[in-house]
Amino acid sequence: MTAESADAAQQESAEPAAAQPFLRLKGVRKSYPGVQALAGLDLEVRPGEVIGLVGENGAGKSTLLKLLGGIAAPDGGTIEIDGVSHTRLSVSQSIAAGIAFVHQELNLFDNLDVAANVFIGREPRRFGCLNIVDTRRQRAAVAPLLDQLGAGFSPDTLVGRLSLAQQQLVEIAKALSQQARLVIFDEPTSSLPIAESEKLLAIMARLSRRGIAVIFVSHRLTEVQRAADRVVVLRDGRLAGRLTRAEISHDRLVKLMIGRDLKVDYAAPKTARGGVALALSGIRTAAYPRQAVDLDLHRGEILGLAGLVGSGRTELARAIFGIDPVHGGGLSLDGKEIAVRSASDAVGHGIFLVPEDRKATGILLDFTVAENISLPNLDAHASNWIVSAGSERRQAEASRGELGIKVPDVATLTATLSGGNQQKVVLAKWLAMQPRVIILDEPTRGIDVGSKSEIYLLMRALADAGVTILMISSDMEEVIGVSDRIAVMCEGRISGILTRAQFSEENVLLLAVGNRVVP
Amino acid sequence: MKKKDLGLLVLILVVGLGVYLQNPLFLSPNNIANTANLIGLFGLFAIAQGFVIITGGIDLSAGSMIALLGVLFVDIVGNRGVPWPIAFVIVIILGLLLGLAHGLLITRLKMPPFVVTLCGLLIYRGVARGYTGDATAGFPFGSTYPGLDFFTARIYGVPTSILLLLVVAAIAWVVLHRSVFGRYLFAVGKNEEAARFSGIRTNLVIGAAYVICAGLTALAAIFFAMYTRSVSPSSHGNFYELYAIAAAVLGGFSLRGGEGSIIGVVLGAILLQVLQNLVNLLGIPSSLNFAVMGTVILVGVLVDQQWGAYRARRLLAGSARESGAKPTPPDPVPER
Repeated sequence: MTAESADAAQQESAEPAAAQPFLRLKGVRKSYPGVQALAGLDLEVRPGEVIGLVGENGAGKSTLLKLLGGIAAPDGGTIEIDGVSHTRLSVSQSIAAGIAFVHQELNLFDNLDVAANVFIGREPRRFGCLNIVDTRRQRAAVAPLLDQLGAGFSPDTLVGRLSLAQQQLVEIAKALSQQARLVIFDEPTSSLPIAESEKLLAIMARLSRRGIAVIFVSHRLTEVQRAADRVVVLRDGRLAGRLTRAEISHDRLVKLMIGRDLKVDYAAPKTARGGVALALSGIRTAAYPRQAVDLDLHRGEILGLAGLVGSGRTELARAIFGIDPVHGGGLSLDGKEIAVRSASDAVGHGIFLVPEDRKATGILLDFTVAENISLPNLDAHASNWIVSAGSERRQAEASRGELGIKVPDVATLTATLSGGNQQKVVLAKWLAMQPRVIILDEPTRGIDVGSKSEIYLLMRALADAGVTILMISSDMEEVIGVSDRIAVMCEGRISGILTRAQFSEENVLLLAVGNRVVP
Repeated sequence: MKKKDLGLLVLILVVGLGVYLQNPLFLSPNNIANTANLIGLFGLFAIAQGFVIITGGIDLSAGSMIALLGVLFVDIVGNRGVPWPIAFVIVIILGLLLGLAHGLLITRLKMPPFVVTLCGLLIYRGVARGYTGDATAGFPFGSTYPGLDFFTARIYGVPTSILLLLVVAAIAWVVLHRSVFGRYLFAVGKNEEAARFSGIRTNLVIGAAYVICAGLTALAAIFFAMYTRSVSPSSHGNFYELYAIAAAVLGGFSLRGGEGSIIGVVLGAILLQVLQNLVNLLGIPSSLNFAVMGTVILVGVLVDQQWGAYRARRLLAGSARESGAKPTPPDPVPER
C-alpha cells in the first residue's frame, strides 16, 4: 500500500486506531548538561488519534516537543516519518511533515490581524515582483477555517483584541492551513477558564475525526482522561507506561507519573480560624472600577478565591499588594486602616504576594537562589548598607532545608530549577520575613503533583501558625481541597462566599457565572 | 576579578606592549602621566554611565552636560568673580538637579531613557552655545586662581584626576558590588517587574542611578574645563557620551541592563585612551582616530561573544559525552 492510498484509507476509516502510524520515534535520546532529558523513548502516532502526554515537570515532555518541532536535535535514535527515517528534524522538515504546535505561550503577533497571523511567513503575493501581500486572498482562505472551528470572529480582527481562548483558535487555524497531520497542544487549558477548556476539548475531537492526530500535553489529568484515546506517561525521560482509553484513571496516571501511589494531601486545619486580619472595604480596581469589593480575611484561614479568568481576581490581588493603584476603598489590617500605595508598603505591613507569572514577576531568573530569597529582606542581611554574603547563604540554606528546595547549591542560578522548585524559592523569600497575609495567585500552575502536595501542606502549616492566606485558583480540585472558605468572583464583584458544607464544583461554577446558589 | 575583566586587561597589556615596541616614548613618564590624566577624566563619567546602563537605561547627554557645566564653571569663576569652591558646589548641584530631572521624567512620566537623554544632549549643547553666544568661555588673560591648580596638579608626577578616579572607582565598586543599593540596581536591570514584586522601590533606584550619573559627570565636567582652561561650547565634550558607552560595553556591561562591573568599565576607559595614544604615537593620521577605536571595540566584543559561545558549546558537548557514556538500563515497564 502506498503512502497516499494509506492516507485515503485512513480518512475513510471510522476507526482511527486501525490506521498505520505515520510518525514513529525509536530509542530517541537527548541530554543536557547534567540531565538525561530523554533516555531512549519509543512513540508511535497514528492519524486521527488523540494521545495524552503526561508526566511530572522534568519528565522530558518539553524535550520531546522540541525534537518534534526541529528546535533541538536528538543525541541518538531515529524519527521516522511515513517510513523515511531521520536522525533529526529541522524546523522546515517538521513543518513539511505536517507537525504543528499550539503552545502554552502563544506565538502570535498582537499587532496583526487574524489572517496575517495565519499566513505569517508564507503570505500569498500578487503583482509579481512587487510582492504585495494579497490580503483579500488571505482572508478568503482563513474564513472557512475559522468557521470550521466555530470561532465567532472574522479574519480581519486584530489578534490583540482576542481573548486567550480565541487566540488559541487562531493557532489551530494556522495549523489547519498548513495541512497539519499532527497538532501538538502544549498545556493549552492551563490558563483557560473551564467553559473554554470544554470547547477546546471538543475541537480536539473534531480534528481527530478529520484524521488529524493530536498530542495533548496537560497537567490537568481529568481533561486528559476525557479527551485522550490513549495516554503516554513519561518519567525521568523514559516511557513509564501506556494506557488505553479503558485503562485511563486518575489514580493510575498519578501512580505512573510519580512511580508510587500518591494521594494529594490537603491537610485539614488544626486550629480554628481567628478574628478578621485583613479587611477589604469597597476596593475598586482599574479593571472593574464600578464594582466595590468587600471581603474579610480571617487570621489562620485559607480563603480560596475562585472565578472565571477575567473575573478580576488577579487585579484584586495586585491592588491589595500595591502594584496597581486602587480606584477607591481601603484596607485595614488587624482593625487598623493601612495605606498601601506600593508593593514596598504592602511588604512593610507583612502582606506578601506570590504572583501568577512566576518567571516574569515572581523571581529573578538570573539571580542565584540565595539572592532571590534575600531580595525583599536585604536590609536584614546588611550592616551599614553592605550586604553580607554569609548571612544570605545561611538564610538560603535554612530555607532550602525547611521547604525542601531541590538544588545542589544555593549559589545556583534560579533559571536552572524546575517550576516546583522555583515556586518554593518565591515562597521562601516571603517566609523568611514575618508574613501576616500571603496572597497566592495560581500557586501550583504548571507544577508537578509531588510539589503540589508539598505546597498545600506548607500553606496549611502557615495558616495553622496564624498567617492569613488568600489563594486564587482556577483548579477546581485545588480550590475545594485546600480552602476553608471559598469566595467566588464574577465580573469584578464577589458573587458569593461558600462555607465548607456548601463546597461543590457546581456551587462554585454557579457563582462564577453570576447565578445564586440554592441552599 | 572576573574572567571577562582579565581578558580586557590582557588586551590592554598586549596593545601597550605593541605600541611600546614601535615607539618607546609610550612608557616615558610624561606620556604615562598625560595618558593617566585622560584616563582619570574619561573614567569618571564612564563609571557614571555604568550606573545608568546597569538599570537598562542610557545617558546620551553626558557630552553636552560636560560642555554646559564646563562653560558655566569657567564663566562663574572667571567672569563673575565667584570663589571657585562656591562655583564648584553650584556646578555639582546643578548636575545633580539635571540628573534628578532625567530620573523623574523616566520613572514618573515613563518616558524612554533614550528619548529623555537625547533631548538632554540637544538642549544642554544648545544652552551652552546660547549662553556664551557661541564664543569660547575662558579665564581673563593673566588671571591666576591658586586653588584651581589642584585640578590639573600632579602629586609626585601623578595627576590628581587619576587619583580621584581611583577613589571614585573604589567607592563605586563597593556600592555596585557589595551594597544593598547595588544589588537593587542589578535586580532592577535584570527584571524591573520582579524587583517591584519583591517590594523594591524601583522608581527610587532608577532615579538615583540617573542622579549619581549626572553628579559624577558634573565632577568630570569641572576637571575637563580646568584641563582645557577654555571651553568652546560647540565642540567641547562632543561624542563623550559615546566614549562612556563604549567603555562600559567593552567592560562587559549589557545594554539590556543587569550586567557589568566597575573594574570592567575602568579597564574599558583605559583601553580607549591607550588606543588614542596609539594613534598619536604610531604616526597614524589623527583623522583615523575614531576608525581605529571603532574597529577595536567591534573586534573585542566579537571575540568575547564568540569565545563565550565556543565555551558554551564545549561544555554542552562535554556533558553529552559524559552522560552518553553511561549505559542506559532497559525500560522496566512492559508495553500494555
